Formats: sequence, C-alpha cells, structure tokens
Amino acid sequence: MRKHDTKVITGNACSAYAVRLCQPDVVALYPITPQTEVVEQLARFKADGELQAEMIEVEGENSAMNAVTAASIAGGRVYTATSSYGLAFMYDAMMQTAGFRAPVVMTNVNREPPGIHAVSSGQQDMIATRDIGWLQLVVEENQEVLDVTIQAFRLAEDYDIQLPVMVNYDGYFVSHSAEAVKIPMPEDVAQYLSALEKQPKRMKLVPGRSMGAGSHGLLLAYTELRYKHVAAMERAKAKFDQIDKEYGDFFGRYYGGQIEEYKTDGADLILVTSGSAAGTAKTVIDVMRDKGMKVGLIKLRMFRPFPRERLSRALQRRKAVGVLDRSVDFGWNCGPVYREIRALTPEIGCVPMLSFIAGLANLDITAGDVEAMIDDIYAASLGSRFQETTWVSLEEKT
Amino acid sequence: MAIRKTFSYPYESAWSDADELLLHLDTGTWRTKRPQIDTDKCNYCGLCALYCPPQCMLARGDYFEVNLQYCKGCGICAKECPRGAITMVLEELSGKINAET
Repeated sequence: MRKHDTKVITGNACSAYAVRLCQPDVVALYPITPQTEVVEQLARFKADGELQAEMIEVEGENSAMNAVTAASIAGGRVYTATSSYGLAFMYDAMMQTAGFRAPVVMTNVNREPPGIHAVSSGQQDMIATRDIGWLQLVVEENQEVLDVTIQAFRLAEDYDIQLPVMVNYDGYFVSHSAEAVKIPMPEDVAQYLSALEKQPKRMKLVPGRSMGAGSHGLLLAYTELRYKHVAAMERAKAKFDQIDKEYGDFFGRYYGGQIEEYKTDGADLILVTSGSAAGTAKTVIDVMRDKGMKVGLIKLRMFRPFPRERLSRALQRRKAVGVLDRSVDFGWNCGPVYREIRALTPEIGCVPMLSFIAGLANLDITAGDVEAMIDDIYAASLGSRFQETTWVSLEEKT
Repeated sequence: MAIRKTFSYPYESAWSDADELLLHLDTGTWRTKRPQIDTDKCNYCGLCALYCPPQCMLARGDYFEVNLQYCKGCGICAKECPRGAITMVLEELSGKINAET
C-alpha cells in the first residue's frame, strides 16, 4: 500500500482533492447546488497556493465549458464541474467539446433537471446528455469519486481516446456525505499520470502556425470524423478496464472498470444499478445471499460508451434480470438503463426483465425497496406473470 | 465491409491548416473543366490567387499550382489572368479528382 493521507471529506471535496492532485492548467467553474463545494474547495486550494491552475471566472456554465474547451485545444489539462441546470445550459458547448475531441474532464453532480423544481438528487440530467459523444462514468461513493476523477484525466487525455469525460455521482447522497477517504500523495499521482507523457502528442494550437480547430467538415469529411469519434468511444471501453487495472496495481484499489460484478458467481437473479443505490443494493444482496437466494448485483460504472460486451457476458445464463434506474426513459415507460439492457436480449437470451424506477428527487431507496425488487425478480424467474415497469414507491402495498 | 484507411483529415478532429486546406468540402468533385497553367507565360503576379473563390491557387516559388481537391473549375482565374497563362481544359470523366496532385 502506498503512502496516503486519510481525511473525512465529502464527495464534492473528493472531486476537488483529485483535481488538485492532477494539477490542471485551466479550471473554469460556475457554482450550482449540489456541486458548489467543488468550486469552493478549488478556490481555497488556489488561494492557498496548492492549485497552480488558472481559474477563469465565468458568468455561466456555457462559458465555463467554452473556456475549458478552448484551453484544451491549446493543449492544456482542464477541468470543470456542474450539475442539472448547469449541465443543460452547456449542452451546445458540450457537443463542441466532444466534436473537437477535447479531453475535458467534468464532474457532474447528479440532480433532477429543470421542469419540476427539485433541488435534489436524480440521474436524469446525465441521461439527457447521453447522445452527444461524451464518455460518461458513474460512481458510487466518495473514495471512488476521488479515484475515478484521477482516472478520468488518464482516460480523456489518452492518445487513443481524446474525448471529454463526465464523472457522475449522486447529489447529496454522495456529494454531501462525508466519509474517510484515502488521498494519494501528489508525487504518486504525478507518476501515475506520467504514462500520458510517453504517448504521442495530440494536436494543439501553437503560436506562429495558422491552424483552425473545429473547422468545416462536410459530407465525407463529416462522416469520417463521426466514424473516428465512435471508434474512439469503442476503444474507451477496454481502455477504462485497463486504466482500472493499472490504477489498482499502482494504488491498491480496483473497481472493475466498465462494470462491477458483486456476488454474481452462480447467481440466477441479477439486479443492475448504478451510483449510490448500489451501496444499499449490496447490503440487501448480502442478506439475501445468506438466506440462500442466488442473487447478484451488477453496478454500471460506464454509461457511455455502453459496456455491451461485458454486460452480455455477465448477464448470460441468468434466470431473470432487474434494472433499478434513478431516472426515466421518456417514450418507453421504463428506466433508461433498463432499455439498454433490454437491447442486449439477442446476446443474453430471452429472460424476464424488470424495470424499477425509484429514487427520483431524493426519494430514499430503502433496503425494503430493494428486497421487494429482488422478490419480484425471483417471482418472474419462476415463470409468474410480471409487470415490466414498476414505479417503486408509487405501487399500492398489497 | 472494411472501412477505407485514408481519411480527409489526418487528425482526430476537424483541424485545418490555413496554408493548405481551408474547407473540408471536396468542391473538386464538382468540376467539369480544370485550369491548366502555362508556367512559361506566368509571371507570378498573383491575380489568379486573389480572385480564386476557394483559394486554391497554391504559391510554388515562381508559379502557382492549382489545388485540384477544391478547384471547382469556375474559370475566374483564366478570365482574370492578364497574360493568358491559364486555359480551362475539359476534365476527362475518370472519376479521379486528384490525378495530377
């Protein structure tokens, strides 16, 4: 085990500490609940001389994203953080970032998006930015926030990837909960990230050379660039697994890469979820395993690109699969991750699949809720008629 | 089917070099006539380069060369050349736009 400091800090502070360890060149942030503490902590680090980055004061998230993207195509390491309305406000700029292939790292603290005013946790904001070419990672708890934020710089700036990365974690449940976290030494993180320096240099703007970034790319050129973008996203899947392994070898903490499989050996029933809900689910699965129920959990850690190969393998030969989403799929009356898991049917075979919508807008997902979900999955596996989509807390108790 | 290995952009995203490529629209595919430059007549005055709409007259020391990837064959260069050094010749329907470059 490498030397480390142990501090009791919140999920937001974990982001800030990770960023300080990675020492970006430019940081542009606009505060928004529940992300605000990230801004506060980084401003404090800057004031104390512990963060060398230039901090650009911006008037909104759209400017923040444009500022870091510009700094990124000039060759800098950059970081920003946002949530909900802020994420929506930088939507067009995020498309540019992805199209420019600018390796921006962004924290998105999951919060319900505009419409029904709820300054509370939910993954709908992240889901709404699914199809714009960003890599989207979802983490469960504080230590993972810190580790994955460091990994995100490694992943985004990899020469084979060159894509922006969004690190998502649940507002309040993770952002505001304090836990004991191991903070690596700066020199160790520098050594870990030095792998990037051995790679070929990505394109960047240099003084004295007239170059345009984000130029016209019409017809065939557009098609080619889209092809390259999608190809890079495909490569990101194995790359994230590789980074997880290298990080684990170096710092001693492994998370599983694209997905974490928890007690899935010999499991007939699988519950799939992501983010902080996985913590509750693991506890319930421990109890149910002790009772002899063959149930396991798959924690989705990478939402874009979707880890279809690993999920297909992990979900084969199961008797029933349930997916717990903390967001909705408008148009399909189910959860968004559920819809994607369902699209794997040709690979995993036709087994009962159940969608559970729960935990919207800070609504607690209790151990009892998860237990009821697993009971439903079990009943479906025995051949009982089942309801495809369950709005968990809205169901009448029978 | 395999994806072809050559790409319009040598980079991962839409970078353009102002000295070489300005627009990634292969307007050269529109051309029915191409400008042919008589380098003996050309005195390198640069009027053709000034008037060329997609800026595809490339300076080559003491003469200009046409960037046939973009030249759409409009003929303005031939019209403007005071020494009559440029003539428009019919493209052969070979389907190849970069035959000479």
